[in-house]
Amino acid sequence: MNKLSVKKRQSLIGWVFLAPAAFLLVVLKFVPLVQAFFMSLRTGRGSSMEWTGFSNYARMFRDPNFIQTIKTTLLYMVVTVPVMIILGIILAVLLNDSKLRLKGIYRTCIFLPAAVSLVASAVIFRSLFATDGFVNVVLLKLGILETGYNFLGHPGSARVILMVMRIWRWVGYQMIFFLAGLQNIDDSLYEAATIDGAGRLQSFWKITLPLLKPMILFTTIMCLNSALQVYDESVNLTGGGPGYSTMALAHYIYNTSFVNVPNFGYSCAMSMMILIFVAVMTFVQMKVGDRRE
Amino acid sequence: MSRNKKLLRRLPKNIVLMVISLFCVFPLFWVVVAATNKSVDVLRGTLIPGTNLAENWKTLVSTYNIWPALTNSVKYSVVTTFVSLVVSSIAGYGFEVYHDRGKDSVFKVLMLTMMVPFTATMIPLYQMYAGMHLLDTTVGFILPEVSAVFLIMLFRQNSRAFPKEIIEAARIDGESELGIFFKMYVPTMKPTYAAGMTITFMNAWNNFMWAKLIMSNDATQTFPMLISNMTAGHYTDYGELMLAVLISTLPTVIVFFALQKSFVQGMTGAVKG
Repeated sequence: MNKLSVKKRQSLIGWVFLAPAAFLLVVLKFVPLVQAFFMSLRTGRGSSMEWTGFSNYARMFRDPNFIQTIKTTLLYMVVTVPVMIILGIILAVLLNDSKLRLKGIYRTCIFLPAAVSLVASAVIFRSLFATDGFVNVVLLKLGILETGYNFLGHPGSARVILMVMRIWRWVGYQMIFFLAGLQNIDDSLYEAATIDGAGRLQSFWKITLPLLKPMILFTTIMCLNSALQVYDESVNLTGGGPGYSTMALAHYIYNTSFVNVPNFGYSCAMSMMILIFVAVMTFVQMKVGDRRE
Repeated sequence: MSRNKKLLRRLPKNIVLMVISLFCVFPLFWVVVAATNKSVDVLRGTLIPGTNLAENWKTLVSTYNIWPALTNSVKYSVVTTFVSLVVSSIAGYGFEVYHDRGKDSVFKVLMLTMMVPFTATMIPLYQMYAGMHLLDTTVGFILPEVSAVFLIMLFRQNSRAFPKEIIEAARIDGESELGIFFKMYVPTMKPTYAAGMTITFMNAWNNFMWAKLIMSNDATQTFPMLISNMTAGHYTDYGELMLAVLISTLPTVIVFFALQKSFVQGMTGAVKG
């Protein structure tokens, strides 16, 4: 056997190793995505679907529930993602201190909510903020309220609680990624900076942030993606109510497909909007990420 | 003196971390309190763990059919984690160890799936599964999660640290390529497997939307689905409900703490520029 054929054989084995995973991704991600796009151009039910071009897309902009749910989803994204990322970085930097005594305990406490399922988290917050729940009991005892306030029955407070719950659930998770990222930064860089007279804040801006950039990019994309697909919380915390005020887009899509009179074509059109948002956000992130290189 | 000074300098930091830690832990502490108290006491706002755990357990078991849901969740999550780690790690290894221009391009294309929202593929997937009679089956649950691009990336990146000389030496000894992977790579990459396992298990255990879509009855439903259904009624027994929440949280907490050390170690180096 000559050397070239050995190389070729090995390359082929490499393809064989990655083939199952690649095949599954194509069949379970790309193919359905293309199917969903074609489905979005059709209306009707079951086998009697007809091609109607972009009518489903036109319909979205006349659908007040779609407009409401997309606004709500964007609100969740715009508020929660920056908070999670920034707080995650701050916590990771605070905890990345070998002389901090209670480090392990803090890290464990802050990560713990990430081990709770979103369904369970939603149920916990729903119980805490129920009209007869713990928060109201405390507020009544302190004399701040005279009767229990229906936090989840008012659009404003319900949205705030949903966002607080998401931040509570995810911040520790982001923190772990940043902690891992900080481990990759060589301590000698900071020592050199200190010798050169750089303050701590300066070291943070000039060393920590630039070196964490790949991790920030990665976590931000994951966070945006998950924020645009809020579902579990919307279903289990408020059921989307009152009215449609707290319902996330993914929840509305699910209901349009499987709960109300099924309308797969229209649902697919709406889900394409999520895809477009994710793609645009990711693209912007990549561009912003590249620029400071 | 100087020691006190040092402690003092860390005081603001400690206070911030303490407040945030309390905020994070309090809802979970309250779950434990509620799970061990009678619902009336929970409604009175007690904050002391009680003695009603056994009673709450009895009510929970007698009102809801929890065993099938629990065993389903365990079964689905364990199978997903195992299959997913095998498929994704061997792919990550294949991408890195045998890398060439073609494989790098394929990887870039596959990375795009990270941007594909599940909501956008949900309906065609559902139809595909219905056509293949995969609804209400374990295979149906695991299939969308088996090949995860994040895991492939994790293993691809971490494979860079796996010494090429070991592979060369083993080849000279006549070891097969698959043998090298299983006998040498897998044992050395334990932290990466631990990190992948933690994330995959948590995601699988907590998966709600897909489970809700394809699992249609009490015999196949998952534990999060059961909890979600528990809140559907008008009256809520907080003791019982929070005990269920507590039970649903234990497996993921145990997995995380068992693998915590390797988790951070395995994540390190996973996402580099």
